[in-house]
Amino acid sequence: MSKSKKTFWIYWLIITIGLAGYLTIQLTGEDKSAFLPGKTSHGHYQIEAACSACHSDPFGGGEVLQDACTNCHGQELNVADDSHPKSKFTNPRNADRLEKLDARQCVTCHMEHKEEITQDMGVTLPDDFCFKCHFDVAENRPSHKGMEFSSCASAGCHNYHDNRGLYEDFLAKHLDEPEHHVKQDLKPLSLEPAYHALAGYPIKRYPAKELKVTEADIPLTVRDDPKIKQDWMDTSHRQSGVNCTACHEQQAEDSTASVWVDKPDHKACASCHSEQAKSFLDSKHGMRLKQDLSPMTPGHTGIDMKKTAHTKELNCVSCHGAHRFDRQHAAVEACIGCHDDKHTNAYKQSPHYNTWLKEINSGSKENVGVSCATCHLPRKPVKYESGTFIIAEHNQNDNLRPNEKMLRSVCMQCHGLGFSIDALADRDLIDKNFSGKPGLHVESLDLVKKRLNLKKDIQGM
Amino acid sequence: MKTKLAILFSSIFASSVFLSACGDEKQTGIDPQMMADSLFSVMEADRTVYTKLIIGRLAKEEKVIKASEHWKDEKALVLPAQMFRYGAERVAEKGAPFSYSLLSLWPVNKQNKPKTDAEIKGLNYISENPGKNYYAEEELAGVKYFTAVYPDVGVAPACVSCHNKHKDSPRTDFKIGEVMGGVVIRIPL
Repeated sequence: MSKSKKTFWIYWLIITIGLAGYLTIQLTGEDKSAFLPGKTSHGHYQIEAACSACHSDPFGGGEVLQDACTNCHGQELNVADDSHPKSKFTNPRNADRLEKLDARQCVTCHMEHKEEITQDMGVTLPDDFCFKCHFDVAENRPSHKGMEFSSCASAGCHNYHDNRGLYEDFLAKHLDEPEHHVKQDLKPLSLEPAYHALAGYPIKRYPAKELKVTEADIPLTVRDDPKIKQDWMDTSHRQSGVNCTACHEQQAEDSTASVWVDKPDHKACASCHSEQAKSFLDSKHGMRLKQDLSPMTPGHTGIDMKKTAHTKELNCVSCHGAHRFDRQHAAVEACIGCHDDKHTNAYKQSPHYNTWLKEINSGSKENVGVSCATCHLPRKPVKYESGTFIIAEHNQNDNLRPNEKMLRSVCMQCHGLGFSIDALADRDLIDKNFSGKPGLHVESLDLVKKRLNLKKDIQGM
Repeated sequence: MKTKLAILFSSIFASSVFLSACGDEKQTGIDPQMMADSLFSVMEADRTVYTKLIIGRLAKEEKVIKASEHWKDEKALVLPAQMFRYGAERVAEKGAPFSYSLLSLWPVNKQNKPKTDAEIKGLNYISENPGKNYYAEEELAGVKYFTAVYPDVGVAPACVSCHNKHKDSPRTDFKIGEVMGGVVIRIPL
């Protein structure tokens, strides 16, 4: 073998071993970016290192991906009364439609790793896709004649999945509403009674009675910090008998014995606040934890975040604060501490913030102020065995995109529907955190009014 | 020796032919029309019971609860047509080989107007020939189906009054006993 050939083979061997080593490290480590076929969408980039979250079976086909989509998003779609569920398309009479657009598969509209064609809501189809099935809409809705099909999903008109706040009869019911309702309908949280409803709550060990400071059951081996104890004294935990060990004692991995844990994770909170923890894990804040990745940090996001917060790890206590569990802090300051976009930074100059100040300065009235959490972690009823309680939805993305999802769960508790639709459609107004009036008008309510009047005229003839 | 071999091979061949004939049993599955007729009789019975005993009684006569298209928002009973469709969707979700739908020449929801040849011919036929069903074979997406279309008759005052009053109904003069639409059942062949 000539010398040059020998050199070539040595280099080849070194490069091959080096590449194999690099790829092995990538495959076994948390950073798997070398294997990504393309940049992931805004909804999934936080968990792109958990390939198996979507590609659960390397030998499966489309059904594996479909299962992955429905495993995470199926329940949300059910709750939203999905306007285009798979079941609407499985009848053979829809074969012609499926040829144009296979609406049975999520990936038909939401392809992943396709940054160059990904639009809002992770849609990877051209935005006039409604035409494929609803090309003749103007025949039954003359008012829609001449409208561009790319405008169907404009704010305040239609959504492909969630039309709970936009369907015609709902709009008809809320015509001519004022900007502000005389009485707002923000439901107070009923967090405290929730744990009593849990079947597995160790009520014998932690009876529901107010504890004294001397009753704190900190083990002798743990440092007794007076500040921590004072924080606990001020909480509803202490008032309802939730002692130190209720959170800090966890089962050891290698035995059935309980051991003291200095910093319990979200699982400790979940043992009582299961619904809140579940929705937190479904959220962008918690989805990395759900996939057993390291906790989300503001540095992981692709949106504007305060540089000082880039390495802050997100779990329950990062917003609620360990021991204090201050809901007022979690509702505003915790958000502002990380988020650094126009909407967030304008909050403290907004009329919503004024209502919040009124609430926190007035003492205990918990249903008059509009905090970040009021809109982004809205209150929802949850059924337990012993009754229905109002808790905060901790998946802040649940009603964020498209923002009309907020109409019913948030805006309409204080504002009229027409005003709310216009406000949510106005990007500049959103950036100003709703300081001012909507600068544009969505026609949907006008069209409904016109149609109803026309029908009345015809019936009256 | 040659003769013995010939006898041996002939016997093997004859027994193979005989045995293979034993496996070639005539297919004895249910006739598609009988299957479709049977399915329809169950659907029609359930639909009539729901319309008369639930909607007619509770919503129209005794007025103890409303029936509404937006039943979740209005905390009301689901409409008979929705009840039927939700059932059809559940059957599809369970992976049943047959499918069914409720269509009309005068649909409130325009997505429920007939569109395949068999649907168009069938709905016109049952409308023009009261009391008769329509049967056809059709091919959709490369699959052959036995398609049956049955008349969906307005059996209670609730049926006709709701359709006649609905803002999206293209027809407002339905009468009790009239064909208002059709149930289409498809069985793959």
